[in-house]
Amino acid sequence: MVIRVNGLAKSFKVAKRSSGLTEALKALFYRKHTIVQALQDISFSIEPGEIVGYIGPNGAGKSTTIKVMSGILVPDQGTCEIMGFTPWKNRANYVKNIGVVFGQRSQLWWDVPVIDSFELLKDIYKVSYHDYQENLTMLIDLLNLKDIIHTPVRQLSLGQRMRCEIAASLIHNPKILFLDEPTIGLDAVSKIAVRKFIQDYAKEKKVTVVLTTHDMSDIEALATRIILIGKGQLFYDGSVTTLRESYGSQKILTIDYQKSNVELDTSLQSLILSKTEERIILRVDTKTANVSKIIGQLSSQVELIDVSIEAEPIEDIIIKLYKEYQI
Amino acid sequence: MFIFGKYLSILLKAQMQYRVSFLLLSFGQFFVPFSVFAGLYFLFEQFGQIKGWSFYEVGLCFAIIHMAFAISECFGRGFDSFSQLVASGDFDRLLVRPRSTVLQVLGSKFEFTRIGRLLQSLTVLIIVLVHIEIDWTIAKVITMMLMVVSGVFIFVGIFILAATLCFWTIQAIEVANIFTDGGREIAQYPLDIYKKWVTRFFTFVIPFATTNYIPLNYLLGKTDSSDLFYVFIPLAGILFILPCLLIWHYGVKHYRSTGS
Repeated sequence: MVIRVNGLAKSFKVAKRSSGLTEALKALFYRKHTIVQALQDISFSIEPGEIVGYIGPNGAGKSTTIKVMSGILVPDQGTCEIMGFTPWKNRANYVKNIGVVFGQRSQLWWDVPVIDSFELLKDIYKVSYHDYQENLTMLIDLLNLKDIIHTPVRQLSLGQRMRCEIAASLIHNPKILFLDEPTIGLDAVSKIAVRKFIQDYAKEKKVTVVLTTHDMSDIEALATRIILIGKGQLFYDGSVTTLRESYGSQKILTIDYQKSNVELDTSLQSLILSKTEERIILRVDTKTANVSKIIGQLSSQVELIDVSIEAEPIEDIIIKLYKEYQI
Repeated sequence: MFIFGKYLSILLKAQMQYRVSFLLLSFGQFFVPFSVFAGLYFLFEQFGQIKGWSFYEVGLCFAIIHMAFAISECFGRGFDSFSQLVASGDFDRLLVRPRSTVLQVLGSKFEFTRIGRLLQSLTVLIIVLVHIEIDWTIAKVITMMLMVVSGVFIFVGIFILAATLCFWTIQAIEVANIFTDGGREIAQYPLDIYKKWVTRFFTFVIPFATTNYIPLNYLLGKTDSSDLFYVFIPLAGILFILPCLLIWHYGVKHYRSTGS
């Protein structure tokens, strides 16, 4: 086990202030505080080489967990052991082993060419010249950075910059990679490039990846496992397949048929999402209804042209989970 | 130290992307303290001397303090503008890198335009040295250099203290300017011209006296104690940085447990 988190809890004191000038003046001398429980009793463990999607709605405590695991924050309670280290103790020695990407913040030096940032990071992390060259060649190749590496960061597009950000966090060959919203704001092409890279790199270098995201297609494409938190609590921890099996029992059934005026028998055990003269879209819960039976029933009434069955998008499953847990 | 040079070089490269702005700002930095110096000149024109200090003697004090201030603003800018680093959340980034926070904050920003201020202080120093007669010895040269070094450490120490405040509140740091800008304004004159408590405060709390008044007397041959004592007096000012660093580490600890 490479990451073991046990009973992690963290609360923040947040200053409360009402609007208005008098209130603002009052706040100069006296402030009311509310305690926000950011994390309560979070426990999980992660095996080497796993890619874990750490998800939850805004304010769920995702970033707080990442900050604790990367040694920035000290929790109120609980233990965390990563590669034999406690992240918030002996910070300097621990952080050599991890790479962190904060999707919303840059770690590159803004006004100089990307390569200069890489070189400074090499010195900060004390990477040997040989390792650096080897690593850099690979990163340039995999992330397709050849044409942008001599451009100042401020002139890069967001997608180009994110690829450089990811490369920057891997210069020192970390064994664990924390990605906090790595695809935020990226266009479809860049998103796919970033995902593909993370997948290939993790596989080749056997790095453990923990990523937070709001984009469920990231999870679908990358993660083998999901940890879902909300309001600081852990609600689900398991594989994507299990999640689908237990929550994704609904299928979307689209059936095209020869134009007909026959009034379809709507006593089908399903929910009609839309219906025209030549197409009907149904949502079927496979727990209570049988897809083939429904198709059979329909084919006896009209002449079918095409049938497609789709699993429910993971996004919908997650929304269902959020609703179920009221987070 | 090696990595500090690396930070310096990348930020210098960045600064050179904006050459015109750099030149204009440096030019401005040359002339701002120049007007202050002109003020000093007219003051002495009127009064001749202040508590037995002549214009050129005070000028020496002025040059040394302004040199120290220029150097510390250039190299200690990371702490001076630390509130931005905390507000933007970029301090988190420093914490996930395997280097000391002090080194990284220092390396996060340099204010190269202070070269203007430094050149101005050097000019003043040269003018002053031409006009006063000092029996130069090696001990005195070392003392004078140590005075500048000690001043740098004191200013950076104050920057660090002010930066530490940012861990608690981002708005209140203007208070610190009382001690940086205020300290500079006060310490550009020999400290014995002020009321006793001011002199005491700037001797024992913020030890500007170790970069200014005490060794200045020695340089000018106004003392009779043994040489070595005066050579090492500025070193006491350097020690000021130690409690500042201690408080800084306490602040970092607080930040990591509150995250704000």
